[in-house]
Parts: sequence; C-alpha cells; structure tokens
Amino acid sequence: MTPGSRELRDQLTRLCNKISRQVQIMEVCGTHTTSAYRNGLHAMLPENLRLVSGPGCPVCVTPQRHIDAAIELAAENDVMIATYGDMMRVPGQLGSLEKLRARGARVHVVSSARGALQIARDEPAASVAFLGIGFETTAPATAATVLEAERDGIENFSVLMCHKLVVPAMLALLEAGDVPLDGFLCPGHVSVITGAEAYRPIVKQHAKPCVVAGFEPQQILLGLVHLLQCVQSGRARLENVYRAVVGDTGNRAALDLMQRVFVPADTAWRAIGVIPQSGLELAPGYHRFDAVRRFSLTLGEDEDHPACLCGQVIQGKAEPAECPLFDHGCTPLSPIGPCMVSSEGTCAAWYKYNRSAKALRDLPQSQEVSG
Amino acid sequence: MNPVKAPLDTVDRIMLAHGGGGELTGQLIQQHLLSQLNNERLAPLTDGAVLPWRAGELVFTTDSYVVTPLEFPGGDIGRIAVAGTVNDLSVMGATPVALSLGLIIEEGLPVDVLDRIVASIAATAREANVEIVTGDTKVIERRNGDGLFVNTAGVGCLPPMVHLGLEQVEPSDVVLVNGCIADHGLTIMSVRHGIEFESDLRSDAAPLNGLIEQLLTGGVRVKFIRDATRGGLAGVLADISEHRQLSIEINEGRIPVSPTARHAAEMLGLDPLTVANEGKIVCVVAQDHATSALEAMRRHPLGREAAVIGRVTDTQPPLVELNTRAGGRRIVQRPYGEELPRIC
Repeated sequence: MTPGSRELRDQLTRLCNKISRQVQIMEVCGTHTTSAYRNGLHAMLPENLRLVSGPGCPVCVTPQRHIDAAIELAAENDVMIATYGDMMRVPGQLGSLEKLRARGARVHVVSSARGALQIARDEPAASVAFLGIGFETTAPATAATVLEAERDGIENFSVLMCHKLVVPAMLALLEAGDVPLDGFLCPGHVSVITGAEAYRPIVKQHAKPCVVAGFEPQQILLGLVHLLQCVQSGRARLENVYRAVVGDTGNRAALDLMQRVFVPADTAWRAIGVIPQSGLELAPGYHRFDAVRRFSLTLGEDEDHPACLCGQVIQGKAEPAECPLFDHGCTPLSPIGPCMVSSEGTCAAWYKYNRSAKALRDLPQSQEVSG
Repeated sequence: MNPVKAPLDTVDRIMLAHGGGGELTGQLIQQHLLSQLNNERLAPLTDGAVLPWRAGELVFTTDSYVVTPLEFPGGDIGRIAVAGTVNDLSVMGATPVALSLGLIIEEGLPVDVLDRIVASIAATAREANVEIVTGDTKVIERRNGDGLFVNTAGVGCLPPMVHLGLEQVEPSDVVLVNGCIADHGLTIMSVRHGIEFESDLRSDAAPLNGLIEQLLTGGVRVKFIRDATRGGLAGVLADISEHRQLSIEINEGRIPVSPTARHAAEMLGLDPLTVANEGKIVCVVAQDHATSALEAMRRHPLGREAAVIGRVTDTQPPLVELNTRAGGRRIVQRPYGEELPRIC
C-alpha cells in the first residue's frame, strides 16, 4: 500500500468511527464504480461506509427501445450502424448488435462520433447511423460531428440520439427518496464539461454534499474523506478535489456546441422511466440528421427481463448479488441486463472483481469446491 | 529464378490466379517466398520436409494467426506467426527444430505488403534459429480486405531432463513474468481505434526460445511455463488456479507495466492483466529457486524487466487474488471474449 493510500484509509476509518452510523455514498459514474472495484477499494473501506453505484454508466441507463431501434434500422432499413463498443452486446428484444453483425448486418465499432462520420464519407452509397450514447462527456463530440456533417454536406449520416444529462438524474433520485444517501462522489469526466458548479442545485435543494473526484484510487479515497468530513460536520458542501482537471464553470466551447446543436428533452432511462429534461434531442435546425425522423422510427416500449434488477442497481437500490439472475444466467458472456454488458456496469465490475472472493469463502464447507 | 521475374513485376497486387497452381503460383513461390525463406530442406519443394531426428520425445504444435492490421508498431502478422509457434514449443520445454508455413492470401493484397511480411517471417525465424521447412499458399476471393491469414505448425525436440507440467505446481511456489505486460494488445487496439499515445507503444512480439533455454539450463527448478497471449496474464493464472485447485496471490506493485501501457489501458477502459501479449511468459518455480530464476531471466535481453509477481497458496476456494497498489484486494478472472473499449 502506498503511504498516501494508507493515510487516506486511516482518515476514513477515524471519520467513520466518529460518525458511528451507517454512511451511504453514491458514486454516480461507472468509471468510479469500475476503478473502485479494480483497485480493490471496497476491501479497505470501514465497515459502516457503503459505496453504492448510481445511474452513471451510459450503456446501463440506455433503455431497451433504443437498442431495438438500432436493430430495426440495421435489419429492416439496411442502415449501417456505427456504435461505441460497449453497446454491441446489450440485448434488445430481438438480440444484440453483436449477434446481428454475426448474421451479416453492417455494424461497426467506432471510438468516436467522427469515426462514424468517416464511414459515411468512405461509403457514400450507404446510410450510416451513429448511436449517440453517453453523458456530457460524449455529447459535445456528437454535436461537433453533426456540425461537420452539415458543413461538408454529408447527408448519408444520421444520429440515433440517446444522450443523457447527469444532474437531472441525480435530482430525480433524490426526489424519489427511495435510497438513503449521505452524499455524492461526482464524476470527473462529466465535470470537466459541466464544471463543478453544475452540482450546486443538489447541495442547495437537497442538502447533500457533492465532491468531484478523479478516477485514480487516491482521488476516490480523497473524495470520500471530504464527503465524510461533510457528513460528520453536518454541512452539505460542494467540493472539488480534482482541481487540476475540473474547473467551476466547465468547458465553455463544449457547452456552446451542445447548446447550438441540441435541445434538452424528456427522456426515458432504463427501468427508471422518463425523467423531465434529462436527455438531449437535435435542435430543429438539425432534424434531418435525426435517425428517428429520417427513418420514421417509432420507439416502442421496453420489455426488460422481469427478474433483471439492473434498474434497481443503477439507482443504488440493489446490489448485483441480490439479483436472481446474477451469475445464474446473466454473466458477461451472455448478459441479460446492460449492467453486466458494459465494462462500466456495476454488475460486470462486481462479477469481474468482487464476485467470489468473500462470498465463496463464506460458503459452508459442503459447498466448497473440492481439491 | 530470372526467366519468370518480368511478368509479376508488372503486378502490384495478388490475384486469384496466383493461387491457381500454374505459372503465376510458381512465380509467387519463387520470387516472393523462396527468395527470402530459402534453406536446404525447403528448396527441393517436395511434398514434405525430411528432418533428421534423434531419439527422444517430439513436441508438435500448430496455431493460426489472424490480426488486423497486418502490420503494427513492433511487429506484423509474420513475426507473430513465427514467434507464437516457437513460443508454444518452448514453453513445453522443447527446443524448436522446424516450422511449416501456410499462407492464405486474399486477392488484392499488395505484393509489397506480402514481401515485407515474408521478410519479417524470415528475420524472426533467423532470430529464433529455426527454419521454415515446408509450406503452402492459397489465394481466396476478395472479402473484407483483411488480406492475409497465416498458419504455422512446429516441431521441437524435448530434452530428456526437462519436465514441465501444471501437476507440479504446489503451494508456496512463486510466479514470475519476464517483463512488461499488455503492450501487444494495447498497440493493436490503439492502432485500430486511431489513438496515438505520446510515447511509442510497441508490440512485444518476440521468439522466447533463447530466454526459456537459458532458464531451463541454468539449474533453476522450473515447474511450469505458459505464454500469456490471448487472455493475458489473468488467463494463464486462472488456468493454473483452476487446474490445480490452488489460489494465486499476486501484487499489483510488482507486475511490470510501462507507464504508456498503463495510460493506454486506462483510456480504453481495459485491465492490463487481461490484455494479450506476444512475448511474455508466466513461469512457476519452487520458492527457493525464485532468485536464481529471476537472475537467469534478467541475464537475457527479453527478460531484463522480469519480476516475481506473486505466489501459489492453498487458500480455498481456489482464486486468483490481486493486492492492489492502492492497498485494496480483488479477484482476477480471465476475460470473456473480445475486450470492448469503453465510452463515458
């Protein structure tokens, strides 16, 4: 253990001892979830400090209807789909994009929206639809790409808009009041764009401390120390321990791009339902790049597996192991819910890094693997 | 060779006719393969190579190679095809003797690309001190433009005093790697996704028979070796743990990962432990041989950054566990399939 980590862990322990009740902190972002598991942080946290995952994994919160729409585009409209890799395995009602590709549909994994536009340039005879997934981190790139398509007259390019905003979802969670939370560990990536001040309404309206932190283990531990200090003193504050990267007001150029190309809209979150003004749509001037309009798609309803708890998991209401499907039919190889698909998903992180160590060792003797 | 040189010179891409078994096939073999790979066993172009063999056990292996792009920083499909099969023989404890080379070429492959890859095959074979003694070439119709698939099979001679095997692994044994992990897989992924990193990330593809021979003849009690290719370090450790029903405890701070690779893995959302290597071995030795094994590895250029990364324990149930640099602890599992770079 590095001296820095040890010092932070000791501080956490002292604070938790003083608070002497169960403290529940939500890490909003999937990258925080994964980093905490990958670095084994849960094993070093005091017993009365619980980290719960929030709705910050873009793949996990995308409702099934958008996957179905993408599959319909590829299968029935002969559209070439360009998507970030995480979306490939998310199951829709008729299977996943990965399975569709194996059956011959043209589905490309890209690492940027511009990569999708490049495919449209290279294949002028094809129609290319990009799945616009993600929060404020990926949305500006989608906006810039739409502007580039307009400038260069690339009309065989469209976007299936699934972009979402983080803060409205956090507010909706608090307003629903189902999960007792003592504070939020706020995502570094998103905050680079939005600025730390974006979380002010949460602190003001709901008196919950918010601390912006980076993704390195020490940053996470430092963020938790600051959150626990707020909890102990009973003062909800907005703090930023990631100042080297995140400013108060965010990235003006990126925010301007989003404002120019998108308008806020009510949008559906997986298993949570529609959250007002929590998504982005293309502004009227850019409607011709909207895949839903261009191909007259109707976004249907979701038919999630009745036993799947992904919706609970992304709201911090359930842990992966509480889901009856977890490791019983739902694994990273054949995921049933999106939380198991995405490398940022809580179930996938739990399965990869946390599944058995304690649980298996706690099994009664008779169930242990012999050998 | 000269009489047939002219016509092919005017062709800059492989055509279906190059696989027809006629004149063009002859030109392809003579000008583009034998010119670089020639040796006395291959030269007669008989249906099979005849190899002298001394008594003892023979190790035989085969592997097919498919990679996009064909050429990447630090290597190409040819280098992997030779090094991979040489390494498969070597980790069995065998001394590689000869390889076969099967090329399935897609119509349209630029001839200069083929030439570069065959040159790389020849150079890697020389580096590994092994000959390509028999081969085959086919041309298939143009499909995805992937261009070239390679199969190599290899035979090696197993020295009588070498006994490696999973069954010998026991609690208290130590686990070593010969250097920085994850470079190959991250190189391929960053080239594929058009991501460039500030300093150069290069594939580690290399034949490891020299390193392994040094280890096996250096008086070290080596119990088991496996190359950590697809599935990465995590895959090999999971194999050992599962087969032996033993646990393995590794320390993140001891596992060599270059800063560039660490940065690249973070960006792509990948765990370096699960990323493919083409020049790394995992080696299990008895505890009291840890130092001599480490020294033997470090004496070889491909083992300079070798490290003891953990140990085998009898903790039940059998798991691979990682003590993280941050002071935490988590389990390590083999990856599930194609690793998908993340968004967010």
